[in-house]
Amino acid sequence: MKYSANSVWENKDEYDIAVIGAGHAGCEAALASARLGFKTVVFTVSVDSIALMPCNPNIGGSSKGHLVREVDALGGEMGKVIDRTFIQSKMLNQSKGPAVHSLRAQADKADYSRAMRQVLEAQENLDIRQMEVTDILAEDGKVTGVQTYSGAIYCCRAVVLCTGTYLRARCIYGDVSADTGPNGLQRANHLTDSLKSLGINMYRFKTGTPARIDRTSIDFSKMEEQKGDERVVPFSFTTNPEDVQIDQVSCWLTYTNETTHEIIRKNLDRSPLFSGAIEGTGPRYCPSIEDKVVKFPDKERHQVFIEPEGIHTNEMYIGGMSSSLPEDVQYAMYRSVPGLENAKIVRNAYAIEYDCIDARQLKSTLEFKNIEGLFSGGQFNGSSGYEEAAAQGLIAGINAARKLQGKEGIVIDRSQGYIGVLIDDLVTKESREPYRMMTSRAEYRLLLRQDNADMRLTKIGYEVGLISQERYDRLLEKERMIEEEIRRVEHTNIGTSEKVQDILTKYGSTPLNSGTTLAELIRRPELSYEKLEEIDSGRPKLPYDVVEQVDINIKYEGYIKRQMRQVEQFKKLENKKIPQDINYDEIPSLRIEAKQKLNQIRPVSIGQASRISGVSPADVSVLLVYLK
Amino acid sequence: MKRETIAAISTGMTSSGIGIVRISGEDALTVADRIYRGKNRISDAQSHTIHYGHIVDDGETLDEVLVMVMKAPRTFTGEDTVEINCHGGTFVIKRVLESILKNGARAAEPGEFTKRAFLNGKMDLSQAEAVIDVINSESEYALQSSISQLKGSIKNKISDIRNKIIYHTAFIETALDDPEHISVDGYGITLKKVSEEIIKELEKLIQSSDNGRVIKEGIHTVIVGKPNAGKSSLLNVLAGHERAIVTDIEGTTRDILEEQVRLGELTLNVIDTAGIRQTEDVIEKIGVDKAQDYARKADLVIYVVDASKELDENDEKIWNLIRDKNTVILLNKSDLNTVVTEEMIRKKMGEKNKIPVISISAKEEQGIKELEETVKTMFLSGTISFNDQIFISNARQKNALKNAKESMKKVVKSIDDGMPEDFYSIDLMDAYEELGSITGETAGEDLINEIFSKFCMGK
Repeated sequence: MKYSANSVWENKDEYDIAVIGAGHAGCEAALASARLGFKTVVFTVSVDSIALMPCNPNIGGSSKGHLVREVDALGGEMGKVIDRTFIQSKMLNQSKGPAVHSLRAQADKADYSRAMRQVLEAQENLDIRQMEVTDILAEDGKVTGVQTYSGAIYCCRAVVLCTGTYLRARCIYGDVSADTGPNGLQRANHLTDSLKSLGINMYRFKTGTPARIDRTSIDFSKMEEQKGDERVVPFSFTTNPEDVQIDQVSCWLTYTNETTHEIIRKNLDRSPLFSGAIEGTGPRYCPSIEDKVVKFPDKERHQVFIEPEGIHTNEMYIGGMSSSLPEDVQYAMYRSVPGLENAKIVRNAYAIEYDCIDARQLKSTLEFKNIEGLFSGGQFNGSSGYEEAAAQGLIAGINAARKLQGKEGIVIDRSQGYIGVLIDDLVTKESREPYRMMTSRAEYRLLLRQDNADMRLTKIGYEVGLISQERYDRLLEKERMIEEEIRRVEHTNIGTSEKVQDILTKYGSTPLNSGTTLAELIRRPELSYEKLEEIDSGRPKLPYDVVEQVDINIKYEGYIKRQMRQVEQFKKLENKKIPQDINYDEIPSLRIEAKQKLNQIRPVSIGQASRISGVSPADVSVLLVYLK
Repeated sequence: MKRETIAAISTGMTSSGIGIVRISGEDALTVADRIYRGKNRISDAQSHTIHYGHIVDDGETLDEVLVMVMKAPRTFTGEDTVEINCHGGTFVIKRVLESILKNGARAAEPGEFTKRAFLNGKMDLSQAEAVIDVINSESEYALQSSISQLKGSIKNKISDIRNKIIYHTAFIETALDDPEHISVDGYGITLKKVSEEIIKELEKLIQSSDNGRVIKEGIHTVIVGKPNAGKSSLLNVLAGHERAIVTDIEGTTRDILEEQVRLGELTLNVIDTAGIRQTEDVIEKIGVDKAQDYARKADLVIYVVDASKELDENDEKIWNLIRDKNTVILLNKSDLNTVVTEEMIRKKMGEKNKIPVISISAKEEQGIKELEETVKTMFLSGTISFNDQIFISNARQKNALKNAKESMKKVVKSIDDGMPEDFYSIDLMDAYEELGSITGETAGEDLINEIFSKFCMGK
């Protein structure tokens, strides 16, 4: 039973900002708001599950690693915590261009959770409260507070919703279903109704997780060992690289086979996905193993990654085999995989459905368009992934604080960061599945590299107030060194001496016919700044992060300049603002579909309007001419 | 604030013979300099002045022109603007535009001049509203025409190429997003082969676009012959019934006249030329040179022979000029006593030559039907392929094809240079979008959708 009238009481003036949920979004939101000086309370259904990683045991990965870097560059916490709690780390795509290098670290889940909780507990201005929030209170389209299951009213001026996958969550495998959040945690039953009564449009999404299997029941000799990098690169720009050179644990690779697929095919009718018992929309990018078998019938095998959940547990995560098949089928299918013949399941695989919102109801600042002071971030906004959640939580937290500061919210645009791409996609494009970050979504990815996240965003973090003066000064000094060294390299002439030709020959590069500059040589694919040290007598001693920037900026100058020109074009349309009182119905030349979409999303700029599906280039021309 | 320099024909493509090509943008003056030959350089000109000169492309004089130079900000778009007044008819105007596009400008989108005028604050709301409808209809037209024109195999061809591009891009992107499941190492070898095939296909399309123009804008036809062979009478007969607009630019018979006429289902853009013969008269010389020039460029040459007069060395000259062209020979004045016969012509041309020879009387309007049938055979099934493969017609579309080809070449270059695979996607997607602009499709979420539908990602 929900509270009775007797137990309603008001907690006035104690808090400025309430954050609902203490997952990856909620933690960043709460920390940002508290660090910006606002008295903040963060609600969670279980204090023991703060910063819980209920699915994969890693942070980062392709494009997600970029997000973590960006969160760090803005003054967020995720990068610092994973640097302290990882047990294996890899830079993915190392053989590819710098734009797609991406860090991915295996976390000790329990350690990660604990470390983040300690940061929250130590944070001034921040209180943790274990309680289910049932109502968002608003008056005249403005948020006034929240009410909990116990009846208590917490007055506040801004609220950040980070409910993740907990709203009316349901976990399902086979014909078994439980009304719980992930890991059997208590779900949030009432908030959805409150949000609906505020006029918020809800979606129902679905995702899933594989089984966890006891390490002692696995025969690793039948699998390929996957080790971490020899030299680990930290996530946080503030972490000393020497501090992350630890003993790492291994992951393991094995494969499904025809037997596995046959077991799955035979039992498809028992899957809630195919029987229709699951109503939520699942993501296309991390399909369950039964999805893969159905969708890609020609594939003879699928990879299975066995990843440790931590140092102090025997549980192993079975990456690649998420499922909602019945328990007996799970046993059969896992045990058909080499190395898992005697597998003992600790936790079943399951699918989970939950309520979330159509994020097109949000502004780019992550504030609801129709309710002032109400912000949201994370899986609640229809995204997926810890990193996507953290990024939104940070922005929502910052902007909730800025609201109270009377300042305009910050918006990272698509040319500034993956965070910008993520949020712009969420608030602009229709998404019928949990949204996952991908490098192919970033049109200016050559500029949005993980190696330069600090140079792209730390200034913003400094202006916001989450970056210290010392860290900011260090950034300025780094920029100065890079600029100076690039200038030097461009003006360093290289003659055709024997030493030069020898070095060129050594790296399989064509000898010189006449003199050139050092920069020109660096641009050759087979050469690099570092390889040419011997023929560069005037080279100053520079930190690695400076050298890296010099090399990349010179080597890929042509491509980078092209992207910068595209960004200029992009910015022009982005800066063409659309007044918020515009009446699209009054513009006769717009097509009806365009009018509907524009009315629904109410883009802030011509640029955003042009990205709405259903708004054609002709409609954009009409808008451009109409506006002024 | 650098905006690309754009160009377009800013007068309607009618047969009026006079047209204006407008260039706007920071490089407008420099682009004009590259193709303009006159007393002074355009970039040295005072603002709001007019200059007489010629447009020269690769050493070849295209047209005699008046060039208007208007410098920012007092121009329609608010940018440096050059307007080239051409006199040579639709064919020439197109060539002038093409030459501008080759020299640093890109083809303007529908309504783009207005858009820039607006972006540069040159228009207030009331002015802007007045042009909304125009822009809208133009865009609509561009879309419609690009789709309706693109029927049959050409549209399928472009779709095929786009599908190939998006497939390979999606593969690369899937691998980059999920490197532990999918490896893209060594993919350059596969992609290079695919890219080179695509470049070849694009080249074919670009070539065929010249033929597509034939359909949309008519067959560029030149009537040649000695003075008084009956060229103008023929033109009058062809044009006569519907719309006898003979555009006489300077009021002298020595000029080139252009006329759009229907010949059955076909449209001919007919250029009547000054009679081709050796001449010392300087003014007439220009006309003759131009006639020879046009004959070289034309899709179809109609050679009018006065059958009542003996062949002479001038016929020899004309013959040399047109021997490799798509030519119809008309033996005119069949109503008079003829001294030239088909056999004589054939003998002159050599046995192997299959050029059609038709007896007509322009005066009596005889033989016109036969001419129509002959041209139709030549263009609909014969020597020039004229089927649904050749429907790329406008300059914007042709330009998009060229840009797509350039992007694909960059892909090959990146592969040859040993660039990492993620660099390929940049140019692949550029090519994809360029081709989409021909079929009226934007890229949107295509790549993401392709990744999910074709490739199996992990987790």
